[in-house]
Order: sequence, then structure tokens, then C-alpha cells
Amino acid sequence: MNDTEERFVGIVLVSHSAAVAASVAELATGLAGGGALAPVAPAGGTLDGGLGTSTDVIAAAAASVDRGAGVAVLTDLGSAVLTVKALLAEGDELPDGTRLVDAPFVEGAVAAVVTASAGADLATVEAAAAEAYTYRKV
Amino acid sequence: MLNADFFRRWMTVTAVSVDREAERLTELDSPIGDADHGSNLQRGFTAVTAALEKEAPDTPGAVLALAGRQLISTVGGASGPLYGTLLRRTGKALGDAPEVTGEQLTDALRTGVDAVMALGGAAPGDKTMIDALVPAVDALAESFAAAKSAAEEGAVATTPLQARKGRASYLGERSIGHQDPGATSSALLIAALVEAAGE
Repeated sequence: MNDTEERFVGIVLVSHSAAVAASVAELATGLAGGGALAPVAPAGGTLDGGLGTSTDVIAAAAASVDRGAGVAVLTDLGSAVLTVKALLAEGDELPDGTRLVDAPFVEGAVAAVVTASAGADLATVEAAAAEAYTYRKV
Repeated sequence: MLNADFFRRWMTVTAVSVDREAERLTELDSPIGDADHGSNLQRGFTAVTAALEKEAPDTPGAVLALAGRQLISTVGGASGPLYGTLLRRTGKALGDAPEVTGEQLTDALRTGVDAVMALGGAAPGDKTMIDALVPAVDALAESFAAAKSAAEEGAVATTPLQARKGRASYLGERSIGHQDPGATSSALLIAALVEAAGE
């Protein structure tokens, strides 16, 4: 790990499905292009591989991408959102500076990874991910 | 006065009820949800019972905090963080007193229910667990039995409502005519107070 990488904001992608979380992580890192990449961890499905969300999976993913610059957590829906909120309310389950980012899952993940890989701070990463809501397709 | 033993009984009686009613809860969750409410809660409360046996928390607040923590981490669906938050916040509100009064439990449970509403964004009438819990807390000052009746009536009264929160809300008007599984399991939780008290 070099000095630059240590300052990257970490990104956690929480989905009900392990496959969705892993694929979106792959897509977002693929679109982020060459150069150093911010750490990205998928956190999908339950511990036994089913559909759902797991606090253990989420907490481990957040710890794995924490470089001390904060962690942006993006979620798909329902229990993914509630579980992250409940974990944040616990206080000591997620790294300091972990934030639930209100963003569309796929587009927000791409924006977050690109921005974080450019060395942006947590607030900038959060704003970039949230801005993905304003991108209309029709 | 209600001590840690009472709160442990409350949790174990709830676990037994959830076990007994798991199939029905999942059936209720089939037309308007993803048919996992019974099995999810069963997994959660089994973990609660095991953790209470292993760690033997010795205050009412600690019992509920531990139970809530288990639900958040083991359920896997939205009911985990929702029930987990309910019990944790209720437990936190009870502090570390070795015994609490019924009135303290009522106040603490109200704090817990408020936290669930804040977490999930649901209000009374949205066809959620709130529709059983709010009337139950209101009736709790009277007696556990009154709270039980109020929760059960609240759960039944969700049937004609249109869901406005959670997965069922995607169904719009088609969610009408089904009793809400979350309100139904909340009624089990409240009913377990009566049995725990030996009433």
C-alpha cells in the first residue's frame, strides 16, 4: 500500500444479492479506468449465501476498505438500507467516518468509485454518488 | 417490579410463539412480501434464546440490548434491524436498573417504537408493525392483557389498509385485503408479555 492509497475513501456496496454486489463492484472498478483505484468491497447476501443482508458481511466489508479517510456505503433497498442504518446507530460496528450514502445503487457506485479513486474526500464522494439521482435517461 | 428473569421469559416465550406461528407468518408474507417473515424471525429468536442462555445478562436493559443485537445480526431481512432497534432502544431506555416498573417499561417501549418509526419511516396506518405496536404501548399502562388485545386488534385492522412501506408497498392497492405479517408478529411479541408475567 502506498501513501496515496492510504488516503482513499473506501466504498462498500450492499445488496440483497451477493452476485449483484460483486457485479456492481466489478462494473464500477472497471469503469473507473486505469491508475490507482479506491478500495471497493461488495457486501451482498446473507452469510449462508441466500438473499438478504448480513451485518457480519457488511461490517467485514467496511473494515476491509477503511484507509482512515472514511467509508461510503451504498445500498440497494429495503433491509439493506435498514441494516446499515441500524449498524450505524450501534456506534461501534462500522469504522469511524462510515456514512450511508443516499444514491442509486449502480450509477451511484460508479460515481463513488470514480470520484474516490481520484482522491476525493468522503463528502465529495457522497455528493458525486447522490448526484447520480439527477441523471435522467429519458 | 419486573426483573431480568421476567425479560428473559418475555424473549423465550416470544421465541416459542414465533416458532409455533412461523408457518402462518410466512403464509401472510407470501401474497404481499417475499415469504420469509416466519423463517427469518425464527432464526432471529433462536439466536436470541441461545445468546441469553450463554451470556446470562442480569438486568432488564441488558437482556433487551443483547436480544436486539442478535436480531439485527441474524435475521437477514428488514425485520432484523426493525425488531432489533425496537428491543435495543427499549433496553437502552431501561438503563441498568436491576428491576423496573410497568410504567418504566411502557415509557421505554414507547421510546423503542419511536426509534422503529424513525428508522423505517413508517407511521400508523402504513400497514406495518407500527399498527400493532402503537396501540399496544397506549394500552400497556392499563395491563399486559389490554396491550395484548390492542396489538392483536391493531394487527387485524391492517387487513383493509394499503401498504405504504416496504416491499408490500410496490403492490399498491393489491396489498389491500391481507393482514400485515409484521403487525402480526408484533402482536406475538406483545402477547408474550402476558405469559411472561404469568397472567
